[in-house]
Amino acid sequence: MGGYDKDYQVIVVGAGHAGCEAALASARMGCSTLLLTIGLDTVAQMSCNPSIGGLAKGHLVHEIDALGGEMGLNIDATGIQFRRLNTRKGPAVRAARAQADRMAYSARMKNVIEAEPLLDLKQGLVEELLVEKGRIVGVKIREGLAFYGKTVVLTTGTFMRGLIHVGLNHFAGGRAGEPSAEGISGSLSALGLRVGRLKTGTPARLSARSIDFSKLEKQPGDKLIKPFSFMTEKITRKQVDCYIAETNEMTHQIIRNNLNKSPLFAGVIEGIGPRYCPSIEDKVVRFPDKKSHQSFLEPEGIVGSEMYPSGLSTSLPPDVQLAYFRSMVGFERVEIMRPGYAIEYDFVEPLQLKATLETRVVAGLFHAGQINGTSGYEEAAGQGILAGINAARQCQDREPVIIGRDEGYLGVMVDDLITQPTTDPYRMFTSRSEYRLLLREDNADQRLTELGREVGLVSDVRWKMFQEKQEQVDAATQILKTKSVTSADRTAVNLLNLGELKSGLSLESLLRRPELSLKQLEDICPELGAFSPQALEQVEIAVKYEGYIKRQLEQVERYRLQEDINMPGDIDYDEIPSLSTEVREKLKKTLPISLGQAGRIQGVTPAAIAVIQIYLRKKHHV
Amino acid sequence: MPLVVPMNTVDTIIAPATPPGEGGVAIVRISGADALSALLCYFTPTTTVLPLESHRLYYGLLRDPSGCVIDEVMAVHMLAPHTYTREDVVEIQCHGGHQVVKSILDLYRAYGLRLAGPGEFTFRAYMNGRLDLSQAEAVASLIHSKTDSSRRLALAQIDGALSREIYSFTAILKQVLILVEAWIDFPEEDLPAEDVEEISTSITQAISKIQIITGSYGFGRVLTEGASILLIGQPNAGKSSLLNALLGEERAIVTAIPGTTRDLLEEGLVINGVPVRLIDTAGLCESVDPVEVEGIRRAEKSLSQTDLVLWVVDANRESTAGDDYIYSRLSSLPTFQVFTKIDICGDPDSSNPGNFPQYRVSSKTGDGLEGLRDAISDFLVGGGGALTESVMLTEQRHYEALLLCLGSLERASGSLAVDASLEFLALDLREALGSLGQISGETVTEDILDGIFSGFCIGK
Repeated sequence: MGGYDKDYQVIVVGAGHAGCEAALASARMGCSTLLLTIGLDTVAQMSCNPSIGGLAKGHLVHEIDALGGEMGLNIDATGIQFRRLNTRKGPAVRAARAQADRMAYSARMKNVIEAEPLLDLKQGLVEELLVEKGRIVGVKIREGLAFYGKTVVLTTGTFMRGLIHVGLNHFAGGRAGEPSAEGISGSLSALGLRVGRLKTGTPARLSARSIDFSKLEKQPGDKLIKPFSFMTEKITRKQVDCYIAETNEMTHQIIRNNLNKSPLFAGVIEGIGPRYCPSIEDKVVRFPDKKSHQSFLEPEGIVGSEMYPSGLSTSLPPDVQLAYFRSMVGFERVEIMRPGYAIEYDFVEPLQLKATLETRVVAGLFHAGQINGTSGYEEAAGQGILAGINAARQCQDREPVIIGRDEGYLGVMVDDLITQPTTDPYRMFTSRSEYRLLLREDNADQRLTELGREVGLVSDVRWKMFQEKQEQVDAATQILKTKSVTSADRTAVNLLNLGELKSGLSLESLLRRPELSLKQLEDICPELGAFSPQALEQVEIAVKYEGYIKRQLEQVERYRLQEDINMPGDIDYDEIPSLSTEVREKLKKTLPISLGQAGRIQGVTPAAIAVIQIYLRKKHHV
Repeated sequence: MPLVVPMNTVDTIIAPATPPGEGGVAIVRISGADALSALLCYFTPTTTVLPLESHRLYYGLLRDPSGCVIDEVMAVHMLAPHTYTREDVVEIQCHGGHQVVKSILDLYRAYGLRLAGPGEFTFRAYMNGRLDLSQAEAVASLIHSKTDSSRRLALAQIDGALSREIYSFTAILKQVLILVEAWIDFPEEDLPAEDVEEISTSITQAISKIQIITGSYGFGRVLTEGASILLIGQPNAGKSSLLNALLGEERAIVTAIPGTTRDLLEEGLVINGVPVRLIDTAGLCESVDPVEVEGIRRAEKSLSQTDLVLWVVDANRESTAGDDYIYSRLSSLPTFQVFTKIDICGDPDSSNPGNFPQYRVSSKTGDGLEGLRDAISDFLVGGGGALTESVMLTEQRHYEALLLCLGSLERASGSLAVDASLEFLALDLREALGSLGQISGETVTEDILDGIFSGFCIGK
């Protein structure tokens, strides 16, 4: 076996959503980077549904974008239907969601990667990790070549010992039609990492021309589209409709009659599936009273005929799949283009990671995406960019980047992964955040763009735009505080329907009134019209939700009390008096970076935290 | 959801420094940067020499924000670093007894101070370098054992009626939060329609249930604080004799002259394991003697704060207008009617308009005393005889947690009333459940997610 003569700083294994962000981040930060993929034609492939965003996931995309990542730009460029969710609720829980033209999404991402000067994209199936003295030094591929690098980011998706189930048939594969990677998990186990098994699934893809759309409810996108990326001004691609189909009792009967052919129910599948994304057979069995299940029918592209029926993932045999689809209204003559399937794959328990996503056992080896027991493109991309950043920082001998739970869903996710045991594939929900009101899509830039700039991912153009927005926010805030309305301003009083004013009221205090919006204030204060809608949105939220935001900031302050106390790397838990054996073991296993993180480990009591705090102080004095 | 404030050395904390219910004087201690300003906010010293000197005891009045006097107190403020915690410390010496201490704690909680955790003053003393290394380890295990034992106690109560109640409204609130979170995180799933009306009902229900429990807190504290029992009756009805008989020794001046007891006479004793403060009064009647009037005034004042009244009636006397007067004062209070001197005559006028339980005793022979003791202890602790003093200590923290929970729920109610978006409601509900979690040790996030996925069919 030969060695490739170029030494990389960062080698990224896998070119899915995690791998692409990781490779782009490290290359853009100035590190020579190699991105290895099993198939060059499936870069940033959407293996399951052709959409990006949704609650909490949209938030993640905004954060990736704010750091200088690619996902937001990529979906803006290739999205074919945009819908903003929860528009009637408050700003913190509004989220963007878009259907992607799947092929276009993949093609654009590949182009971006190919254009990145320090990034080499190559095809190759990694078979073995090369480790010397506890440090990763490179990877070996099946094609007979070794690549050497200072750090490696593993983003294996569902490919590690991937096993596809269609009915009671099963065969090795990382995704329908692609090979699995059989060697890596063996390498990882041999290095002492604990490897587990998870399961996920995808529905069949249906042929659009065999569907009677006239019988289905149409679901159009938003007329006024709000893009994902801070940088995108306007969505230009042609937009399409989705449709809503429904299962019925006949569908459920067919499924029930064939449960014995489902590998899930026959006990063939050992991996644990996601709670929030059960297969249709699961739903029918667990919710027998539900007479009908909804399915959004999503086009996979502008060109091409494949339709994705959401909510109908399955591992039943193809003939049963066809039978139950055909029992649904509009699908009477439907043709399946690719059958749905379940897939089992290996993951590495993320409790073994540092907050940088580097494994504890092997220096320089980072994990991101499904290998960490997560699911979802956005979750993967989020870990990808963080792992890429931290691998690059390590090469540059710089401090690692760790995002707090109060700074982003990215921080919530990583902290959850490394402190909470994985019970099923991890997906982000807004309810996972304690500081939900602060972690909004609309302020992702304010939370993370400075950090992105510091690590070297935020371009000059973005940085300038960001600063301009901040200046506008400050200036508009100033106007609201200083300008006021008195009874003498008849036009203003009448326009805003204010009634009698005893004394002058600042625009800010007027804006606090639930019935008044900033848009209305523009009518009486035309200067405000000069500011961008994004800047005004920030100002309005800050005023309208001041009380709630203040409360959350106080909670953050309390959280920071312990979060800012670092645990020394050489702490000896056996030396701390009066900790129970159980707590000691948990701490030794997890090695928390801060006192706050220690407190989030299951079974570590507040009393134990107080004891550790005292011990740390004592050490300090000694 | 780490909503519990972690032990730290940043905010200002408060706690009673003396054991509950013991002695005539209680000390409330405050430590932290705001200690002095907290004191000055409500304390009016008699001295006119200001500012107050550090480490000097001052006499004065402690008033609530409306200006009402809470208690006459002695207060001292001690500037850092020459204090136990090496922070600014204030100590307020007030009258002993639960009610006063509680009022002071409530006053300062509203001011923004935090109730200290077990061992937290000592924790701060160490963190601020006050204790040496060997002492530190002792402190560590102290905090550990105290907190752990309260957790054990909390667990021990899981089968009790109280815990069942707490679990029941925890369940109600969780159910509400599950719905709210599902509506927030899964807007595209076909979930049950948003029903704010129903949520509002659930929250109101939880509020009233918690109020019932916090209302019963005073009952539980009987075991630590001692119940107060007031002896009331016409002059010379035998109150002091009964007191002595229950006490087993001569304490009050007992003569046959009406009105001998001119002041409140308080005695601590234990009746069937229940600590009791027995308060003898001057008798309750309409009198003109200024000394006696003062005694009567004091007796009337204690009426409202008492846990049980023993209405002492001479079995040998006809019912009089004086009895009617007493009855008029007692009708809404927990009262036993006790006929004394049955060794002289065993046939009292037992007409009983208030439906009070009646007991017949002789302080001289001891007849009937046993029955009265049993009745008193049964009444005070009911079926809770298995409770121990330490459970009650834990209870105080439970009470605190429940009050915090109530506050959150009231805010949640307020959010609903102004039609706020659901995530704001969720903020308060989470805080409420976080407070309950301090009692039950349960965490929120995972339970809620479990609830969503097991309750609703979700998944694209």
